[in-house]
Amino acid sequence: MKIKRIEKRRDVSIRFCGDSGDGMQLTGTKFADETALAGNDLSTFPDFPAEIRAPAGTLAGVSGFQIHFASERVHTPADYPDVIVAFNPAAVRANVGDLRPGAMLIINSDAFNKKAWQRAGYTEDPIPDLRERFELVEIPLTALNREALVGLDLTQRAIDRCKNFFALGLLSWLYGRPMESTERWLGNKFEGDVLEANTRTLRSGWAFGETTELFPVSYQVPAAKIEGGSYRNITGNTALAWGIIAARVLMDRQVFLGAYPITPATDVLHEVARHRNFDIKTFQAEDEMAAVSSAIGASFAGNLGVTVSSGPGIMLKQEAIGLAIMVELPLVVIDVQRAGPSTGSPTKTEQGDLLLALFGRSSESPMPILAPSSAGDCFDTMIEAFRLAVKYMTPVMVLSDSYLANSSEPWKIPDIETLQRSPIRFAKREDFGEEGFMPYVRDPETLARPWAIPGEPELEHRLGGLTKEPVTGNVVYDPDNHAAMLKLRADKIAGIVADIPNIEVDGPTSGDLLVVGWGSTNGAITAAVDEAREDGLSVSRIHIRHMNPLPSNLQDVLSHFKHILLPELNGGQLSMILRSLFLLDIQPLNKVAGQPFRIAEIRSAIDEILREVN
Amino acid sequence: MAASASPLTRKDFVSTQDVRWCPGCGDYSVLANVQRVMPEFVEKRENVVFISGIGCSSRFPYYMNTYGFHTIHGRAPSFATGIKASNPDLSVWVVTGDGDGLSIGGNHLLHTIRRNLDLQILLFNNKIYGLTKGQYSPTSDEGTRTKSSPHGSIDHPIDPISFALGSGATFVARTIDVDATHMQQTLRRAHAHKGTAFVEILQNCPVFNDGVWEDVQDRKTRPDNSISLVHGEPLVFGTPGNLKGIVMNDGNPQVVDLTDDEDPLAKGIVVHDEFLESTAYAFALATLCRPDFPLPVGVLRQVEKTCYEDELEAQIQDSIDTKGPGSLEKLLHSGDTWQVPG
Ligand SMILES: Cc1ncc(C[n+]2csc(CCOP(=O)(O)OP(=O)(O)O)c2C)c(N)n1
Ligand code: SF4
Repeated sequence: MKIKRIEKRRDVSIRFCGDSGDGMQLTGTKFADETALAGNDLSTFPDFPAEIRAPAGTLAGVSGFQIHFASERVHTPADYPDVIVAFNPAAVRANVGDLRPGAMLIINSDAFNKKAWQRAGYTEDPIPDLRERFELVEIPLTALNREALVGLDLTQRAIDRCKNFFALGLLSWLYGRPMESTERWLGNKFEGDVLEANTRTLRSGWAFGETTELFPVSYQVPAAKIEGGSYRNITGNTALAWGIIAARVLMDRQVFLGAYPITPATDVLHEVARHRNFDIKTFQAEDEMAAVSSAIGASFAGNLGVTVSSGPGIMLKQEAIGLAIMVELPLVVIDVQRAGPSTGSPTKTEQGDLLLALFGRSSESPMPILAPSSAGDCFDTMIEAFRLAVKYMTPVMVLSDSYLANSSEPWKIPDIETLQRSPIRFAKREDFGEEGFMPYVRDPETLARPWAIPGEPELEHRLGGLTKEPVTGNVVYDPDNHAAMLKLRADKIAGIVADIPNIEVDGPTSGDLLVVGWGSTNGAITAAVDEAREDGLSVSRIHIRHMNPLPSNLQDVLSHFKHILLPELNGGQLSMILRSLFLLDIQPLNKVAGQPFRIAEIRSAIDEILREVN
Repeated sequence: MAASASPLTRKDFVSTQDVRWCPGCGDYSVLANVQRVMPEFVEKRENVVFISGIGCSSRFPYYMNTYGFHTIHGRAPSFATGIKASNPDLSVWVVTGDGDGLSIGGNHLLHTIRRNLDLQILLFNNKIYGLTKGQYSPTSDEGTRTKSSPHGSIDHPIDPISFALGSGATFVARTIDVDATHMQQTLRRAHAHKGTAFVEILQNCPVFNDGVWEDVQDRKTRPDNSISLVHGEPLVFGTPGNLKGIVMNDGNPQVVDLTDDEDPLAKGIVVHDEFLESTAYAFALATLCRPDFPLPVGVLRQVEKTCYEDELEAQIQDSIDTKGPGSLEKLLHSGDTWQVPG
């Protein structure tokens, strides 16, 4: 065997792409797990079509998974991949536009027959052109995989389905990724010939890398310096689900999750449903109205009601959320936003539901809104959402999105002991004087009313959507009372501002430019601002997590900058809010393409503003 | 059924809110009868929950001195599902109207019935939208003239009993607002049933649909126009001197005359059986309609099936037994993890 050269790299970004049936998501996920174990920081971006199985070999069926890993902090999956691994001509055609000239393009050359490239929309054989523009590595993946698996008692189809693991083995060699985790996973998942086939082809891929002349160099990306501790990879959806489970443990109260399947929120239901041994109830309702209603019913009965959906489903839930606001019961509503309106691009990302969360109910019906900024932050945000819901007796909305839902990052597993335990206290008869229980008395500090649950003697009361009077909760139709109750509920939500952290500025607290972000854009904004600073520019940055009420020092923070840039994946919703609240000239940077921001997009907006200033 | 030794009385179930239905509304009598039988069912008021949607009938929970929740239009069964699944020890009652339950809430009613939670669902059928001032409802007869159907309704109505049967209801009954004895007996049966007990209550709305049920409400005409179902008894109706019975002719129900001393069984009169697994017989009963047939009242069908909340509890217990009680620490550290030296 020839000794090959090893080159060091600070960071690498790889995109695996192929047909939906080629197993690209799995390949990417396994590569990400190996990469985490290699000690790199990383960020992933799965990008898949809405169709479960679009016609094979077509552009519509192309599925991709990008992973960016480095020996330093990583904030995004990277704007452009350094390497593309493409399993068929359609994958090349759909992705090659993102590849820099001269960059490495690894293809399955067996998939490039005339029929296949015509199917992908090429009118002539693309290979000669690709050879010219890129460092094209042509690997007969199908044949090599078949060769590796001769003698196994499997159908040709089953054998061909393993070829993604040949590629995974090869890429693992190329970037020095340890394959133990993948082998362990295979061992847990398969048995017999299928296990043998996948393991064998995986190892053959590695061995092929070592021996072939095609790769004179392999790469090393040293481990990143990150805070010590126990780590794991986590996606936003898993973190939301685990946050729900954590709330169940920390509040020592049963959780009831009512949900109706919708992309990209369904995985949260799946994940919670797997963990019944936490004494958690999941209920797949007949629709979103039933899902949220059952969750509110559960809260009325004293459980932690939670519901999860995406834009169109949230729309259907809004009437019931309005009732929860009116009767002041705790409820957590998760909106994993997707690109809309309507069915839109259901697997793509967007931050289009902020105004829906703020104002998309009838009349004046404010509720707290939280937006996690990373996959890992989804976990903490859920715990915070439950805390606020119970403490203030209100529904709380959590705005995640498709990008957070599916992308993964290394997550420092929290020490359970440090998580805030907040046991619940329900109302008791002895809390009240001679006049008896009053469902609408309020805690003078939080303005929350008591949570009195069926089964508790002498607290019988009736809730409902009709306007009530204070203290007794009796139905009254007096106009002044209506206004007073509306204001009381609004004051209660506004008062939460005293219970949430102030905004902290990353960078100088005054200057020419402040970049304001919220939710999932945190990574791209951080990377762009860091880059600008490395280039000597003075840029500050804040990221808002509590969208309602907004942190109390926000206006003050904003007022110290000449220019404010607000990138968001919608038509300018937060910009509109902040402009109207603070009468500031906020400069929106909007993108509604179903894709997250590229760092360069934010960077060029920063440059443009600073150029004008200077 | 004898009254229990409950320390409670009817008065204990009367709340302090003024009842605000129109004078003469059938809802009053339902409220009175429910309050009367409640002490037989529970020893503790705090274990009772009344859930309703929106409509005149849905004001019901405000008047019951129990836990109560007046929710949103059509969704009462879903709220009840969350409550019952969360705390199966509660006695949960759903009050809904024909519009609330079968129009906007039809889907929830269907799915709640098929899941068979141990609930009582009382559907007040006045064949009209009361609260919104008199539009035709999904149970309104064809040709019903209202402000929204000035030329007469052209919808084909739905029959709540058939709907419930089609949804897989394990207990289906019908009673009449003005027949206190029958209603109380039906409520007892509904409460005793383990599973979703669906009860259609024929209710008069004197303001917007006065008299739609007159022929079965009026004591004089009731015997000829309704048939009181009793398990094991033949389907005989009418008054002495004018008795009639129902026979099955090639699967089709048919009314035959009976003399006062005739043996109905010898004449082939169908004997009522609540417990048939097949729904065919109950459907046949449900389709009987006036004027050709009497309207069946009483329990049409009662069968046993597992209840959603019990199965859910069992799955949780099973999961705890096999996997051990959940540990957050273990969950967060499950799968691939790695140590970064600090
Ligand atoms: C979402 C929604 N749509 C419409 C209404 C208006 N609405 C209130 S009650 C009702 C019909 C009620 O009819 P029914 O269930 O028969 O009850 P009844 O008043 O006759 O007892 C309607 C349409 C509403 N409250 N909410
Ligand atoms: S409108 Fe009809 S149903 Fe409603 S309260 Fe009046 S009488 Fe009763």
